Amino acid sequence: MQFRAHQAAPNPRAISPPGDTSIALRKSLRVVERIQNLRSLSLVGPCLLLVGLAFIVPMLLMLMRSIENDEVLNTFPLVSAELQSWESGALPAEPAFAALAEDLKRAKAERTLGVAGRRLNLEVSGFLDLLLATGRTIQTLPTSTTSWKDALISIDQRWGEPQYWNAIKKNTHSFTDFYFLTAVDLKRGVDGVQAVPQEQRLYANIIVRTLVISLAVTALCLVIAYPIAFTIASASSGIANFLLLLVLLPFWTSILVRSAAWIILLQRDGVVNSILLRMGAIDAPLELIFNRFGVVLALTHVLLPYMVLTLYSVMKGIDHHYTRAARSLGANAWQAFRMVYLPQTYAGVASGSLLVFILAIGSYVTPALIGGRTDQMIAQSIAFNMNQTVNWGLAAALSVLLLAMVLSLYALYGRVADTNIKAGR
Amino acid sequence: MSEVRSTFEHVTRFGTRAFCTLGLIFLLVPIIVVIPLSFNEERFFSYPMPGVSLRWYAGLLTSEAWRNALANSLIVAASTTVAAVAIGGVAALGLQRLKGRSKAALTAVLISPMMIPGVVTALALYLSFSPTGISGTYFGIVLAHVLLGIPFVVITMTAALMGFNANLMRAAQSLGASQWTCIRRILLPIMLPAVISSALFVFVTSFDEFIVTLFLASPEQRTLPLQMWTGVHDDVTPAIFAAATLFILVSFLMLICVEALRRHGRYLSGLDK
Repeated sequence: MQFRAHQAAPNPRAISPPGDTSIALRKSLRVVERIQNLRSLSLVGPCLLLVGLAFIVPMLLMLMRSIENDEVLNTFPLVSAELQSWESGALPAEPAFAALAEDLKRAKAERTLGVAGRRLNLEVSGFLDLLLATGRTIQTLPTSTTSWKDALISIDQRWGEPQYWNAIKKNTHSFTDFYFLTAVDLKRGVDGVQAVPQEQRLYANIIVRTLVISLAVTALCLVIAYPIAFTIASASSGIANFLLLLVLLPFWTSILVRSAAWIILLQRDGVVNSILLRMGAIDAPLELIFNRFGVVLALTHVLLPYMVLTLYSVMKGIDHHYTRAARSLGANAWQAFRMVYLPQTYAGVASGSLLVFILAIGSYVTPALIGGRTDQMIAQSIAFNMNQTVNWGLAAALSVLLLAMVLSLYALYGRVADTNIKAGR
Repeated sequence: MSEVRSTFEHVTRFGTRAFCTLGLIFLLVPIIVVIPLSFNEERFFSYPMPGVSLRWYAGLLTSEAWRNALANSLIVAASTTVAAVAIGGVAALGLQRLKGRSKAALTAVLISPMMIPGVVTALALYLSFSPTGISGTYFGIVLAHVLLGIPFVVITMTAALMGFNANLMRAAQSLGASQWTCIRRILLPIMLPAVISSALFVFVTSFDEFIVTLFLASPEQRTLPLQMWTGVHDDVTPAIFAAATLFILVSFLMLICVEALRRHGRYLSGLDK
């Protein structure tokens, strides 16, 4: 700008009188731009509002749900207050028992015992029954009972055990890391965070299994997709279009249909087994499905088109002159491929693998239909905790873990795609 | 091309093609095997088939459950398509005119439903929709499907708008056309292929959507995928394959339409001659 100002003579702006029209012009231009920006925003507005309210907000609420812990606090406000000063170890004193009796009566009347009971049941199993049973009996007791401690213990001896009181005290805070710890097989014991006993471990295994299956699927997809994408990319446009159509057909077919197809192919009296039996290749049907083999095979089939299409889009842009140049300089076909062609496809390999991996760790339908009991993946345990055990906090915590994995992988994917674009230029 | 090829090169060329063929067979065989089995006379899946019949298709059409499921799927997919294309299309027009960071950020928000695993979306929507009473209603399911469909519309339409030559609009305006005439006579006809293909994307997404519907639907709103899921879980009969064959047919027709539209769109925007 300054440089231009020095060449004042040929610049018409320099001659214009003070009160400069150019400034006025620029100002009005900025106003017009701002109006246009606002107009564009108003077009995006409805859509943004919809996605924000109906999608982003529910996501945030789910995040909250994974740490929220107000069930006990809301149902038992008096005990919660009473237990603040209590050191866990011995039994609490009479006022705490009296407060519990008061809270129990109110909760029974308001029918909120189940809410707190289900939460406490996650800490000590049997707590729900204890609360419901005590809630039923306590209303028959006179309000002028002198020792609620004795009264409650006589209703159920378990009120004399400190572990039940510990469970209540542990849940008198509005937020908890309980669900996240459970999701990775940890718990908060008397002396800090510790691993749960071997036989109760579940979710860490499921997470590791999800990652292992997804890695296997990604590797298989890469190996199968590379030659397909290469052939399509180097075919003439007519053949390439036809081959692409063959890849796109399964891509467009419902995952449910494709998984069902694998069931008929692979089940005990399925197509593959009946053909092998008739040919005499085997004596008894093979177990091909409802096991790890079936899950990996079917997931590979479901996700293969994504890999082929990603690799193809990168390979299509590769200039074959480089490979020819390498050949003319004395490289053999293998060297030219390995040292010149392959490195140019790394970006596609990286983004295709990331995409397939991301889709694999979140997959639900295929493992649910084709996997056995020991092939459960993380998405299924989310659905299980939501529908079967109705442990929404744990389902939310597992979802948040899955979401964190997926989003960080997408961030990586974005960077890879970015370098792809830069390399392309 | 008169290059002299070594034997090694011939072998790798052959090897690559062989692997490619095997890969394509792996991709297509499961889908192809289903189709003839749906015409099987008996309920066992053995090749060669004992006889050909249409009884499973007839069974589908006469079954109350399957007919309801089909009706539900069509109602939900059609309403989803209209809503998602309208809302998403207008948003794409706005996004196209924005610049820089705000454009990238807004696009990221709008396409986020596509990136998040289905089961996570299903849980989040279920937890928020049930207290408000919209889970277990057609409205709730259409709303969820619209959210899942919007990313496809935004992506397809912004890509098409990028190829749109804005000078055409300016030329028309300079010749005296009003803004509405410009949109009606120039923008819409050129964008029509993109509009139709995003509509097809949304329709198929909604028609195939399973897990979110599973969490949100009450028995009244059971769609085809849910009906298929129950079938596959309980007892795999050829009726499932008849339904699957119809699914495959629908996907194939949609695929052909989208491909044709894509080429037509490239032609209109001057990329192909």
